[in-house]
Formats: sequence, C-alpha cells, structure tokens
Amino acid sequence: MATTTTPPVTQDRLSSAEVAELAREKPSGKARVGMIASYVGMGLIVLYCVLPFYWMIISSLRDPSQGRSTQFIPDPVSIENFKGVFSGQNNFGRSLINSLIVSGTTTILTLLFGIVAAYALARLSFKGKGAVLWLIMACSMFPIVVLIPPLLKMFSSTEPFEWFPRWIDTYQAVIIPGLSFGLPLAVWNLTAFFKQLPMELEQAAMVDGCTPGVAFRKVILPLAAPGVFTTAIIVFIGSWNEYLLALTFLQAQDRQTATVAISKFTGTTGFDTPYGTIMAAGVIVTVPLLIAVLLFQRRIVAGLTAGGVK
Amino acid sequence: MATATAEPSVRTVKEDGQKHKKNALSDGQGRLAYILLAPTLLVILVVAGIPVIMSIRESFFQTNNGVDPVTGMVAGGEKFVGLENFTSIFAGGNPVQGSFGTHDRFVNAFLNTTAITIVCVVLETLLGVAMALIMAKAFRGRGIVRAGILVPWAIPTIVSALMWKLIFDSSGVMNRVIGSQVLWLADTGASFWAVVIADTWKTAPFIGLLTLAGLQTIPAEVYEAAKVDGATTWQQFTRITLPLVKPTLVVAVLFRTLDTLRMFDLPAGMVGFGKYRTETVSVFSYLEATQTRYGPAAAYAIVLFVYVLLIAFLFVKVLGADVIGDTGMPKKKKGKNKTPDDKAPDAAAPGLEMMGGAH
Repeated sequence: MATTTTPPVTQDRLSSAEVAELAREKPSGKARVGMIASYVGMGLIVLYCVLPFYWMIISSLRDPSQGRSTQFIPDPVSIENFKGVFSGQNNFGRSLINSLIVSGTTTILTLLFGIVAAYALARLSFKGKGAVLWLIMACSMFPIVVLIPPLLKMFSSTEPFEWFPRWIDTYQAVIIPGLSFGLPLAVWNLTAFFKQLPMELEQAAMVDGCTPGVAFRKVILPLAAPGVFTTAIIVFIGSWNEYLLALTFLQAQDRQTATVAISKFTGTTGFDTPYGTIMAAGVIVTVPLLIAVLLFQRRIVAGLTAGGVK
Repeated sequence: MATATAEPSVRTVKEDGQKHKKNALSDGQGRLAYILLAPTLLVILVVAGIPVIMSIRESFFQTNNGVDPVTGMVAGGEKFVGLENFTSIFAGGNPVQGSFGTHDRFVNAFLNTTAITIVCVVLETLLGVAMALIMAKAFRGRGIVRAGILVPWAIPTIVSALMWKLIFDSSGVMNRVIGSQVLWLADTGASFWAVVIADTWKTAPFIGLLTLAGLQTIPAEVYEAAKVDGATTWQQFTRITLPLVKPTLVVAVLFRTLDTLRMFDLPAGMVGFGKYRTETVSVFSYLEATQTRYGPAAAYAIVLFVYVLLIAFLFVKVLGADVIGDTGMPKKKKGKNKTPDDKAPDAAAPGLEMMGGAH
C-alpha cells in the first residue's frame, strides 16, 4: 500500500481525504486471509445461484436429440429447441400473449387499488389502521388452494352455481383471484415507499392551499413513481410466475398461460419428456424477467430492504 | 410534524363535531383514509373473504353421485354432510404408503407438508444467514452477488421445478456428478430430498438478502466495543449479530414457513401428481377439487388454512415476530418526535419476504 508516500504539501493541513487515507488500517495478514475467504464465499454463492440456471440454458441449446445429455458444453450448439417451442402444436406464442394479458391486467388493477390504499396507510391516521394492516397481511398469508374448490365449482357453473356464467378458460378467472396475492404485496411495498417521502412535502402543499387529495396527486405521486414502478415489476413477476390458479382455471390450450403451457409440453413422440423444448421455453419465460430484475436490481433490492441501508 | 399531532385533533373532531377545526391539516383524515381504503378492502373481501367463507361452507357438503335411493334418479347437486369431510380424515379410509409409513392420504400429505417445511426452512435459514454474513464482509463485488441472488428468485417456480426435474433425471447431471444411480423422481425417499433441494436453492438466497438488510443496520461501533472487550468472533456472532438480526430473521422465517406450507408448484412439476412421498396438502386438495370432490378438497384446504394461521399465531406470540412492523404506523406509539426511519428496518422486512412467491 502506498499510503505512506508524502503528498506534495501545498497547504499547512492535510485535506480530509488524505487524513482518511492515512487513518485507514493497513490490511494485516489476517485481514487479507479474511478478504480472500470472503471472495471465495461470494464466488460460491454466485455459483450456487447460477449453476442450475446455467444447466437450463445449455440444455436448451443442445440438439433436440440430446435432451438428457450431461455434457457441460452443448455440442453441437443448436437453436432447434427454440424453434420447437414455437412450432405448431406447442402454440407457445399464444401462451406468452395470454401470460402478458393476465399479468399486465393484474399489475394495473393492483396498482390502481394499491396506490390509494398504501397512501392512506402511510400517511393518514385513523381508527382501525392496525386491523386493516392485519387484514392485508392475513390476505397474503392464506394458501391460494383455499380458493380453488369453491371457485372451480362456481366458474364451471356447477350446482348450486348454475346462475353463474362459465368462467373456465377466461382471463378474469385468473386475474380476479390473482388480486388476492398481488394486492397485499403492492400495498405493503408502496406503503414503505410513501413513508420514505418526507411528510413535509404534502404539508407544504397543503399550506399552499392544496387539499390532501391534490397534494397526493400533484406532489407525492410523481415523486413515488420509482416506487410504483418497482412495485409494478414485483407484482408482474409474481403474477407471471403464478401457476396454481392458471392450471386450474385455464384448461383450453389457446388460453393457457406460459407457465401452464411449459408444464404441459409433450414431445413429438409422446413418450419422452421433451426436455430440450421445455428448457428453451423456460429460458424464454425467464430471461425477460431476469433482464428487468438485473437492470433494476439496485432499485428492487433497495426498495425491498427500504430503510435497511441508511 | 403536523400529522404527528393527529391523534389529539382526531379526538377533537369526535368531541366537537366538524365545526371547530384545531388542525386543518389532519382533521378529516379518518374519513379520507376510509374512502381511500374502501376499494382495496372491497376487493379483498370479494377475492379472498367471500371465497374463504364459500370454502368453509363447501367443506360441509359433498357432491352427490350415483343414484338417489329414494327417487331412483341420478342425483345431482350436493348434500349437507356435516363434519364428515373432516372426520373421514381420521377414519383412515384411503391409506397410502408414504415416507412416514401407511397413513390416510390426507394425513400423509399433512406429514409431508410439515416435514418438507421444517427441513426446508431450517436449511434455508442456515444457508441464508451464512450467505448474508459473507456478503456483509464483502468489500467489493456485492452488486454481482446481489444480481446472482435474484436469479433463483426471478425464475418461475414451475420452471425451476422442470429444471430440477432434468437435473435429477435418472440419467441426469446430478447422478453423473455424485456418480450413482439414485431414482430421484420415482416416488422414493430421494424424491423428498429432491423437492427439499430445489426449494432450498430457490429461497435460501432470498433469506440471505433479507438478513443482509438486517445486518447492515447494526452499527459498527457495537462490534468495535466488543472487540475492545476482547470478544471472540464467535461471541460477537452469538451475542451481537444474532440478537440484533433476530427481528428481521424471525419475520423472514415466518414468511418462508407459511410459503412452504402451501407448496404446490415444486412437487407437482418435479415429481408429478399422485406421488405420495412428496404430495403436499395443496397438491392433494387441488387433485380432489379437479375430480369434482369439492367438499373434501375444501375441507383439506381449510385444515391447511387453520394450520397456517396457527403457525403464524405462534410465531407472533412466542417468537414475537413483528409482522406488521412499523409499516403504516409511523406514530402509533407515543414517540412523537421519533422519525419514521427509527424503526424502518423492521418495516421493510415483511414487504420483502412476501415476495418469496408461490412454491
């Protein structure tokens, strides 16, 4: 470490940066070992997280005839599997569109309701706030499978729900129950974001004659846009990855969402699991999410652990 | 902090009606809050409240099948059966061979769910805390690790289930690496561990991320003081790190536990339906519902729901999990001058852990 070289003294006192430089502990042998150990540990964490995904990617790049090959590098590299994903019988493009419709609508609805609720929870004081918070929390805790028996019965117009329109294979059959997990998520996140904004902002606006409603719309909402955006990504991912509701209520092949479609891929022969195609579809479904998550990872992690890092 | 004085002013409104406004900024907040919350509460009522009540009702009924003995017609609709759907669990009318001996199929699913949850949560917590400790020590490259950690989180669970299915294939890479021929997916004892491994892979990093957030709120001075007093690294970990990170960790573990209890995608996607070694309550209830046995399906789901509630209650009461955290309650306690940030670390945790997603 070259910390001891005397800098050219142009002033009587050292600048604060130089003081900090001099005050820094020189890494001892022990600290160096610790540093190496921490790098090794971090390397292991990354390997742990990425290796199975790597396996998925290389398996998707194999020739379709080598579905179960255990070669660590595909030979030859082939994009046949990706072509196979969109081939006639799999109809995967349609599934992607279905997923987009379902997740997009869920996200938008969730945000519409969630933003106003979160604002009330973050800013306003009122009786029964604790009860509301518990209710929303409880809503995020209960098993989705509780919804399946009555809703399946209702959506398929079985007795005694003959009066109910048949909702099997409709988007709303997945979107509406999907709100039950999207909404608590959004409310909870947005509440944390709104609370980060100084309360003085609205107070200043209200002193200037805004009603609380106007202060919210004109001052808080624009400032909370990053938080809203992050929440949107998180809810979208949650909804995109949803499987149980979609599996139950979307049975027709042209209505299946991507997650359901992948789990139902059948090989051309009908006997062998078409792993190559499944992995290719998995990559297609995952990579956009990963790009979004990695692009906004700082924001997502910061938002998630809001206040954790002061 | 004008809103911090909201409590007294609300009281004023209650006593004097709306006429004498002591605080123009915060009066009427209650009404505004109810207006703003009404849509969300209504949606929750419609999409969660009513279906849960319907499910409870359903659990007392059974779909009619076969011929009605009185009229001789093919019966449709449903009949009230009281607690039969619940009592039949203990009658053991449908014994299956699972990891825990021969039990009724529901009991078997219940035991599977419990065992998978305990094993997974313990493993995930240990691994997650270890990861957080490593990341907290890191000088550089934390960004890369964070990016890596988000990979398992972002992959849809069903996709990761299929990914592990390929890895665990009898001629797959896992068997090649360990150099033996384990039938991971053939409804053997190994299937249980296959599910555990896949779930741990997906969520341990997430616990790590959460714990890291908790670790970073511990001031360095505390450690320096401990070092001056001659505390060893292990003592620092058990006496400082663990107690101070406990609030975050307990909430994280609670949410992981609840998430794992309702596990569906992994056993369904990896091992498949009707495999008793890995069948969870969610899987069994789903299967019953799709075979139009709505009554038993609802009963099983309700038992799971009660189980989840019980566990959550125990966490909150016994371990003191601060589930609600500070979110939304900046001034519930009397500390008027406290800035909301004071307890913000606890507040962040629930929102984060909720994102664990379905399993």
